[in-house]
Amino acid sequence: MDIMPFLILFPLIPAALLLFVRGETAAKIIVWTSAAVIAAGSVALAATHCSAQKLYVEMNPQIWDTALNYGDILMLLVFLFACRKLRKSARLWIPLAIVAGNVPIIVWELAGRVPESPRCLMADNLSVLMCMVVGIVGGLIAIYTPSYLKRYHEEHPEFTDRRNVFLSAIFLFFFAMYGIIFSNKINWIYMFWEVTTFCSFVMIGYSRTREAEANSFRAVWMLSVGGWGLAFATVFASLSCRTVELGRIVESGKGAALIPAMLICFAGMSKAAQLPFSKWLLGAMVAPTPSSALLHSSTMVKAGVYLTLRCAPAICGTGYGMAVALIGAMSFLAGSAVAIAESDAKRVLAYSTIANLGLIVMCAGVGSRLALWAACMLIVFHAAAKALLFLCVGSVEQLTGSRDIEDMHGLITRRRPLALLMMVGIAGMFLAPFGMLISKWATMEAVVKSNPILALAVVFGGSMMLFFWCKWLGSIVAEDSRGPKPHGSLKLDERISLSGLALLVIVACAAFPWIGKALIEPMYGGDPILDSSHMRTISVMLALIVLLPFGFLIRRSGLKNVGPYLGGANTAEPDKFTGSLGVRDCQLRNYYLEEYFGEGRVIPSANALAVATLAAMFTMGFLL
Amino acid sequence: MSCHMLAQHVEPWMTAAAYVLLAPLLGGLLSGLDRILSARMQGRVGPPLLQPFYDVLKLLFEKRNVAVNRHHGYFNFCFLVFAVAAGCVFFAGDDLLISIFAFTLADVFLVLAAYSTNSPYSFVGAQRQLIAMVAAEPAILISAIGLYLATGSFDVGDIAACRSPAAIAAPGTLLCLLFALTIKLRKSPFDISTSHHAHQELVKGLTVEFSGPTLAWFEIAHWYETVMLLGAVFLFFAPCPLLGLAVVLGAYFAEVAIDNLYARFKFRLTLGSAWAAAAMLGGVNILALGMIGKLTN
Repeated sequence: MDIMPFLILFPLIPAALLLFVRGETAAKIIVWTSAAVIAAGSVALAATHCSAQKLYVEMNPQIWDTALNYGDILMLLVFLFACRKLRKSARLWIPLAIVAGNVPIIVWELAGRVPESPRCLMADNLSVLMCMVVGIVGGLIAIYTPSYLKRYHEEHPEFTDRRNVFLSAIFLFFFAMYGIIFSNKINWIYMFWEVTTFCSFVMIGYSRTREAEANSFRAVWMLSVGGWGLAFATVFASLSCRTVELGRIVESGKGAALIPAMLICFAGMSKAAQLPFSKWLLGAMVAPTPSSALLHSSTMVKAGVYLTLRCAPAICGTGYGMAVALIGAMSFLAGSAVAIAESDAKRVLAYSTIANLGLIVMCAGVGSRLALWAACMLIVFHAAAKALLFLCVGSVEQLTGSRDIEDMHGLITRRRPLALLMMVGIAGMFLAPFGMLISKWATMEAVVKSNPILALAVVFGGSMMLFFWCKWLGSIVAEDSRGPKPHGSLKLDERISLSGLALLVIVACAAFPWIGKALIEPMYGGDPILDSSHMRTISVMLALIVLLPFGFLIRRSGLKNVGPYLGGANTAEPDKFTGSLGVRDCQLRNYYLEEYFGEGRVIPSANALAVATLAAMFTMGFLL
Repeated sequence: MSCHMLAQHVEPWMTAAAYVLLAPLLGGLLSGLDRILSARMQGRVGPPLLQPFYDVLKLLFEKRNVAVNRHHGYFNFCFLVFAVAAGCVFFAGDDLLISIFAFTLADVFLVLAAYSTNSPYSFVGAQRQLIAMVAAEPAILISAIGLYLATGSFDVGDIAACRSPAAIAAPGTLLCLLFALTIKLRKSPFDISTSHHAHQELVKGLTVEFSGPTLAWFEIAHWYETVMLLGAVFLFFAPCPLLGLAVVLGAYFAEVAIDNLYARFKFRLTLGSAWAAAAMLGGVNILALGMIGKLTN
């Protein structure tokens, strides 16, 4: 199969081209064609290869391993070069964190200690699933970007216009992402892993403000620490399992595979921004929105859960699997709790990303058939809905000048189409019968069987999720014409991208039985919970909820509009009332309950617990 | 005839249809009973038993068609649709969790209806309804988990056909559900989002802008909700229908009594107490059942 090497290498062409193209139209043409090619390639792979069988692509190990080795060295040099800008206090330890992961693996490779194997690339259904997510969701985000960046620079003339770098980084990211998905050897994955970290670094630091640079370096060191996991996994696996092929490591028995699998899970959890690594993802929100949508919510962080899922068979049913599941559960609880106290839409999305990835990691740690089924579904649905929400927030921010949820109060009266798209995204994140909820339902059924503590975490975390999504949804639907007035309108490509993603949220939900049958069941076996009667119930509910919006079109004749009741103290204007001190403004504001769910209250203790769990896991693993 | 035998003769769609037709009657009667009992507790005579039906019929045929906007009535209608849908899933013997999620969806629409009016009282009511929802959600889901651990299935049909009452193995989660019942029925001390009396700080809370037919649909949806929730309580005693009926009626009477005895909680106390109850009663029960399950396997 030649599609895999093609998908990995092709994005390098637009990445190189976009770096040098300055014209707006030319850039758009390149982005559109490349996104189309990538999406088509992903679909073609899914169409031609869709079975539980692993498909290998054999390549000459001498040539390609050497190339990868040079890639590692190049990445090390690039990162060290970037570190020249660091302020004094961090100038020593951030490069140290980078070197500590890179140097061992480079030395190990140069010494020829990595077992050779011609089977370089691999695809099975999980890769196909990820590949579709990256190709389709990622492609839609890519075509949204040029117009967004144009407006971004009109609004921020103080930033240097480096949009060619940004666009180029997007396609470099596709290269790295396909590399991670298709690589069969963990030292290969490590190289691509570093490239995604680099993309993240470039995009977070895009505006070159002080905050942006600090946050981009935080992402680098946190992800490098995670990268140690992969680097040391390579070393341990070549010693204990005599192979660095991921599939064979997992199959080589719980004894030998345990430490490499644990290290890989550790790397995965840092990429997926699980506790205690959640902070880099929050910092990443300073970046222009398309990068938040692409890297920091829907695709790159999924690489983390993807690796964890790959290792699930090696740790499931052991205390180590339980430790991974517990960290996922903690991230789910803490993420959902803190999202209640946030009013900045991007931060709410970031915390909910951490929470949802926690749910996936939890499923991977449990590792039962149903849990893995739920994890795959969560990956698909979360990617589509979250990408849509991020892009919507980006557009709202550009059109109204604010991304605070309080300022979105009454969005439906001021920006109806955008508000409706956002409602689709939010509904997709937490309402029955949309995909996320179906997956959460499967998660619940899966974890109840293995461990009631995890079930309690799902119950409480899910309730908190209900709270913050619902108040956001409520703010949007309030009929209120106050608030910042929108200016300008969306460009055609932005509209196509947004509606494409909204359609994807709905279609993915309608098609989920088939996604399950074609892609997930061959891997993990058939699924008992999805019998026909449940399917019928869910499809009736889906039909109801898809039909309901049409009710808005019904015009009720003879309806008399009146102002809201203000206790007999109405004034002529709807937002003022007569109080004992004369005419006063009335303001409506949601509950945030910072005193319980504030970041400062929840995160430190949750981090401490997560560090303790990790420490316990590694101590157990190395001592026993 | 036990539920087990009943289940063999009745098709799922028949029980669901029976729910759609009979639940409003039953719910209305319970509501009338509630008003008489409350009146007697307060030393009044109270309205006739059928008063809720008179009220709703009068509202339904209200001539003046007044609204703050044309959406809130529609959201309210969706509340009704999904309250009915949730009950149908439940009484057709389908998955309990799906039914609970549909029930939540119904509540979300109610909250959206209140939000969309953009009136201060309604807005506060919506917020508090949201808090009440979040307070009750864990307890309800935990009671479903309790039923699962006691009977080995999430399907209402299977749970009902079980040989011994789930309440024996999962008493804590039953108490949990009863706690949530008070919140869901919007009884004092948890009537934080709206109450039957308009003279308090709430000024009818989230229903303040509902009038005429909209208010009637709201009442009818609430009757559906009440019947489904009582059905969930009954499920804990399904193998012994008479005992179940007695418990359900007793629980409803207790709700009325509590309503008349307690002053309204603040919303923080509502959330805190409900979660504490869910964790203490339900959580401990579930952990114990999980451990017993591990030991016997």
